[in-house]
Amino acid sequence: MTLKLTPNIADPDDFYDALLAAHEGLDKAQSDALNARLILVLANHIGDRETLFEALQTARARARD
Amino acid sequence: MVDVRYDIAFKLYPYTRVPAQDAAAVRHPVVIVGGGPIGMALALDLGQKGTPVLVLDDHEGVGQGSRAICFAKRTLEIADRLGAGQPMVDKGVVWNVGKVFHGDDKVFEFNLQPEPGHKRPAFINLQQPYFEKFLVEAIRAAQEQGAPIEIRGRNAVTGLTQHADHVALDVDTPDGRYQVEADWLVACDGARSPVRDMMGLSFEGRVFEDNFLIADVKMTAEFPTERWFWFEPPFKDSGQSALLHKQPDDIWRIDFQLGWDIDRQAELDPVKIRARVDAMLGEGAEYALEWTSIYTFQCRRMKKFRHGNVLFAGDSAHQVSPFGARGANSGIQDIDNLGWKLDLVVKGLAPDGLLDSYSAERVHGADENILNSTRATDFLTPKTEISAIFRNAVLDLARDHAFARPLVNSGRLSVPCVYDDMPLNGTDGLAGPEMTRPGAPCVDAPLRQGHLLDRLPGQFTVLALNTEAPEISDVGGVSIGTVSLMTDQDDPTGALAQRYLGACGAAVYLIRPDQHVAARWAQCDAEAIRSAVDLALTRGAGG
Repeated sequence: MTLKLTPNIADPDDFYDALLAAHEGLDKAQSDALNARLILVLANHIGDRETLFEALQTARARARD
Repeated sequence: MVDVRYDIAFKLYPYTRVPAQDAAAVRHPVVIVGGGPIGMALALDLGQKGTPVLVLDDHEGVGQGSRAICFAKRTLEIADRLGAGQPMVDKGVVWNVGKVFHGDDKVFEFNLQPEPGHKRPAFINLQQPYFEKFLVEAIRAAQEQGAPIEIRGRNAVTGLTQHADHVALDVDTPDGRYQVEADWLVACDGARSPVRDMMGLSFEGRVFEDNFLIADVKMTAEFPTERWFWFEPPFKDSGQSALLHKQPDDIWRIDFQLGWDIDRQAELDPVKIRARVDAMLGEGAEYALEWTSIYTFQCRRMKKFRHGNVLFAGDSAHQVSPFGARGANSGIQDIDNLGWKLDLVVKGLAPDGLLDSYSAERVHGADENILNSTRATDFLTPKTEISAIFRNAVLDLARDHAFARPLVNSGRLSVPCVYDDMPLNGTDGLAGPEMTRPGAPCVDAPLRQGHLLDRLPGQFTVLALNTEAPEISDVGGVSIGTVSLMTDQDDPTGALAQRYLGACGAAVYLIRPDQHVAARWAQCDAEAIRSAVDLALTRGAGG
């Protein structure tokens, strides 16, 4: 496992605040688009195939119906 | 009688009655059904190698309509080997620049200009009827040199019986039916392959419920010779995507993605087509509609391309979406692979098991093409809300950020496939460049005189670089050519060393007749070459 799943953000409240602030005033469609752009930007920053696929699996594991 | 299903652009092989129509069935070593680009290229390859071949086509020439227009470098290299490449390049339009738009805005542009040092450009645009015509002209020239090729126009295959050692065909002509027998039958009869149907074979795959309108227009316009592609085009009623691309003779290919829920007849009304084209080209643009068509496409292939003594090549075996120019180009790679194998099997120099490798290698190629074209289709026509959101996010980001541009997929343009891990591949005994590993198609390089690929004709060739080639001119009746090059004399640009030596000082390559690398070594003896040739021919040890 190359994906980090232990705490890695120095100031979690500050980040979470910034995440919500980035969506402020946007409607659902605009927010969806922002999220998509954010995922692409972060994915490119990570780059490493193994890490990306582990991240996809980790996120997907919670999608139970 | 033989139905005429389409109009002819060039009448190249008019029907003539032949004595065989009044005699008992004559046996031919190879019969090709379908005289399209794939069938004609195969006929040319076999005929030039001296193997007699009969082409049966249900029309008298090349059908109208530009259809396939994008021919890739590898196709041109194969056409060069067959002696038909130069007129194609002379007539074709060379293009390198592509621009991608989203609505009104240009997202980015790309330049396909390949690494320098290739004889042929990355692509030319050429209407399919010209491509076919140049092949038939090369066949006529080969026939004059004695190549045993026969083309029978308006000969429709209507019945087929497969026997253990031959295939019997019923052939319909304007003068009635007759029978033909073939040791080997090659079905190059297109996506709706009657041969495939007569054999009760089918294939599975994805059908895309989308319709594309092609309008080829003739105009003398100021547009540059570039490929322009729009996602969500801004002009009225233009559908979900559009393409503008130049062909020879002042013809422009315009392609609109109409969606799945359309009235085909209404959309083909010239008034309606003109309204769309007017909106795209701007008011007052003067043009004539040259050819229009609506098509849907499928991504699928047969499970295997060899069924005993019947082989399938081109669209009869596999189909892809048009994005990426992987239709005709992959069919030409099929016959490049099949030609030399069938020739050696017919001549008794290789066991017929060699033809199983045709199926294995080209199924591998078809899967690569289907994967690429399916991915392009998923990007072009997002199937869910979230895939549309991601698609548009990619296009948004691509305007400002280089990282997102490789994610934009308006078709990954055809490149030849590498036969990695295939049974014909021999030793990789060289710590050489990846691009020329066993299974890869040889990469061209400029030599002191001419180009490398022109020195690799349709036979096994030992390519020795900076070392003496082992002395070997024949392996079990199969002749072996030799090309010896010294990079300090023959490699003016350094491309040869870069593409075939890498960090190594010397190398010996065994090249197959289709210019794919069979094996390579830092040093080797004649015995190593002999084993590699036998392996590439699926002959047992000592063959």
